[in-house]
Amino acid sequence: MKRPWLLWAPLAVTACIGGLAAYGLVVPKDEQVRSAMIGQKLPEFALPPATQGVLPLSNTDMGDGKPRLLNIFASWCIPCKAEAPHLEALKAAGVEIDGIAIRDRPEDVAAFLDEFGNPYRRIGSDSEMAVQLKLGSSGVPETYVIGADGTILFQHIGDIRAEHVPMLIEKLKSTT
Amino acid sequence: MIAEAGLAALWLAASMALLQLIAGLTLLRDGAGQLVPLIKPAAYVQGALSTFAFFALMWLFYDTDLSVLLVANNSHIDKPLIFKLAGTWGNHEGSMLLWVAVLSVSGAAIAFFEKRIDTKTLYATLSVQGFIALGFFAFLLFASNPFERLLPAPIEGAGLNPLLQDVGLAFHPPTLYMGYVGLSVAFSFAVGALLTNQVGPAFARAMRPWVLAAWIFLTIGIAAGSYWAYYELGWGGWWFWDPVENASLMPWLAATALLHSASVLATRNALRAWTIMLALVAFAMSMAGTFLVRSGILTSVHAFAVDPERGAFILALMLMYTGLAFVIFALRIGTVKQGEPFQLVSREGGIVANNILLSVILAVVLIGTLYPLAAEAMGDKISVGPPYFNKATVPVMVLLMLALLIGPMLRWRRDELIRIRYWLIGAAAILLLGAIVAWQLAPDIGLFPLLGIAFSLALAVAAWLPLRGRKLLRTPLPVFGMVIAHFGIAVSVFGMAAESGFSSETLTALAPGENAKVAGWEVKLNDVNPIAGDNWVAVEGDMIAAKNGNQFALHPQSRHFFTPPMQTSEAALLTRWNGQLYAVIAQPDQEGDGRWQVRLWWKPFVTFIWYGALLIAFGGAISLFGRMFRRTKKPTRNRWQS
Repeated sequence: MKRPWLLWAPLAVTACIGGLAAYGLVVPKDEQVRSAMIGQKLPEFALPPATQGVLPLSNTDMGDGKPRLLNIFASWCIPCKAEAPHLEALKAAGVEIDGIAIRDRPEDVAAFLDEFGNPYRRIGSDSEMAVQLKLGSSGVPETYVIGADGTILFQHIGDIRAEHVPMLIEKLKSTT
Repeated sequence: MIAEAGLAALWLAASMALLQLIAGLTLLRDGAGQLVPLIKPAAYVQGALSTFAFFALMWLFYDTDLSVLLVANNSHIDKPLIFKLAGTWGNHEGSMLLWVAVLSVSGAAIAFFEKRIDTKTLYATLSVQGFIALGFFAFLLFASNPFERLLPAPIEGAGLNPLLQDVGLAFHPPTLYMGYVGLSVAFSFAVGALLTNQVGPAFARAMRPWVLAAWIFLTIGIAAGSYWAYYELGWGGWWFWDPVENASLMPWLAATALLHSASVLATRNALRAWTIMLALVAFAMSMAGTFLVRSGILTSVHAFAVDPERGAFILALMLMYTGLAFVIFALRIGTVKQGEPFQLVSREGGIVANNILLSVILAVVLIGTLYPLAAEAMGDKISVGPPYFNKATVPVMVLLMLALLIGPMLRWRRDELIRIRYWLIGAAAILLLGAIVAWQLAPDIGLFPLLGIAFSLALAVAAWLPLRGRKLLRTPLPVFGMVIAHFGIAVSVFGMAAESGFSSETLTALAPGENAKVAGWEVKLNDVNPIAGDNWVAVEGDMIAAKNGNQFALHPQSRHFFTPPMQTSEAALLTRWNGQLYAVIAQPDQEGDGRWQVRLWWKPFVTFIWYGALLIAFGGAISLFGRMFRRTKKPTRNRWQS
């Protein structure tokens, strides 16, 4: 053999793969896909009102000097129904919430608001998920903390539970 | 009582494996240890005990003995019998027990059948086999005891994941395991031959039937898994480059390469070190496959099998065996003498091309499978999917098919391309003609499907050419086996190319009475009815598919299981000779306007993919039969003579 070191190559490859696999086992998995938009300004959008009697939503409606929550929901989404009371609790704590209804119909949104209450300042209708994609959101419900200057500061994936309410209020406070 | 007997059998079997290992070590030390005569009987007893343990577990599932934790977690009193039995291996502990049982039985089979190899090599091989078994017994006994009791016993049991409540499951994992574990025999032979310095044609001939058998099982297992995913997941695809699919493909690629290089070693006494290397890699890939499925470090549709702590145990075993084997390889391969020389243009040359190309595909798949993990380690999140795998593997597969058009026509040792010039011209003509016809039929077919169609046509002819000029009755069975397997590749590639190039799809929402069209088929949704099965309820679409005045009923279902709660879709497949109509019905369209989401595909020649795979396996079986037939004849005669 002219190159004896080459004989050890398979062992070296095995060791690398083993190291990688061990790393994969040890490091906890984060299955959620985080938005790449965090830390950036809101993308430009202008959505029509999601149903009669609510205000439309565009990016300029936010970032007007007051931090807010942006809640992505849909009338057909069951966790959205579950988080509705906690959104009400946030509203009661003085938080302003804007909503985006995803792939929804006006009459369904109206029925949803009738049944579960309306904590929203404005609700835009994103019937083709275009704005949702721009925000880097991968599902409903999701809630974003939008800073006073319109920067996306934080993304909460999944429904808001009771324990998340103080956390979100804290996030909003710490922005100002 | 049965559970305790099964557990005791496992402990005893483990002690037999330990005995094999120790006896083998004494053999290495002083040349002829006193324990050596015990190796073969130990292998027999180990095989029998493991088999007993496996059937004991199966009995517990048959009986639905809910005082056994594993049964309680994975079975249910209302489950149909076949799925109760399949539940034996439809879970982590049971599948590992099956793994070990197959391993032990293969060890016993080597001890019983293998007569041609040098005795010392045989003992070394059996010791290595015992050593491997020992690790997996330890894994079962310390980390995954299938016989653990649960007190008090629950009343009905948790049920089996509904995706797994399918006849496909009854065959898919066991066949794959036979393949995975069968490769352990090649591994043990390789280490045994390295240790005793017996790497040569006799070793290759002894190892070859085992590799062949394992490879047949792997082929069937992969094809069955692919078909299962095709109709059960309801996505209409037959290969997703899922990590776990890759985990079964990688040992297959290594085993295919090994099969070819072993025949060079057996016939021409060349490619010695390379063959050993492949034998080690093939089983390393099998263990890696087991590890990937069992640990869940990569996100996959097989996520039902996830468990990180046990993953660590399997990883440790895998690294120990593979690492030790590669150390032995590095230390001992210098003692393996250079094999017989050959020229580039020769049968050996063709097989070397086959080996290199298969290894490249293996490397590409391995890198693609592990890349997300490496990227994550660097702080990047990435998933590697079909765009990478298709682009990176298909060109190599095209080269592989090119090698297959030429290689089998060449003579051993040295040949001239000019001798087969007529065939080369013929092949080029078929390639060109096939490409033109495919392009005429579908101008937007895409490069890969176009190449696939052209090459599969040329290959369909090329496969039979090795029979030309032979007296068919005198032709050895393995030659027929090779011809059929290569023809199977042509059939399978044709199916893949036609499916990727010509499929049509319609996604729509239909109310009862409405129509949808796909590829000349008119599909009418007559009605949607609720139906109930043993442990599920479903909505079933009552559809009529019509084309050219012929009508066929289709009944796709969307099933809802209770234990555990889960939705699955049962695609309705209408198989014609030239393809399949694939219909899926999903939940009602939003907010009940009486429409149902319906998805229809027409997939031309898609069934050829699996027919081809079966032909490949059948070719392997014929070849195996030929080799076993030849090998059992000679020793019998010798016995009478002596």
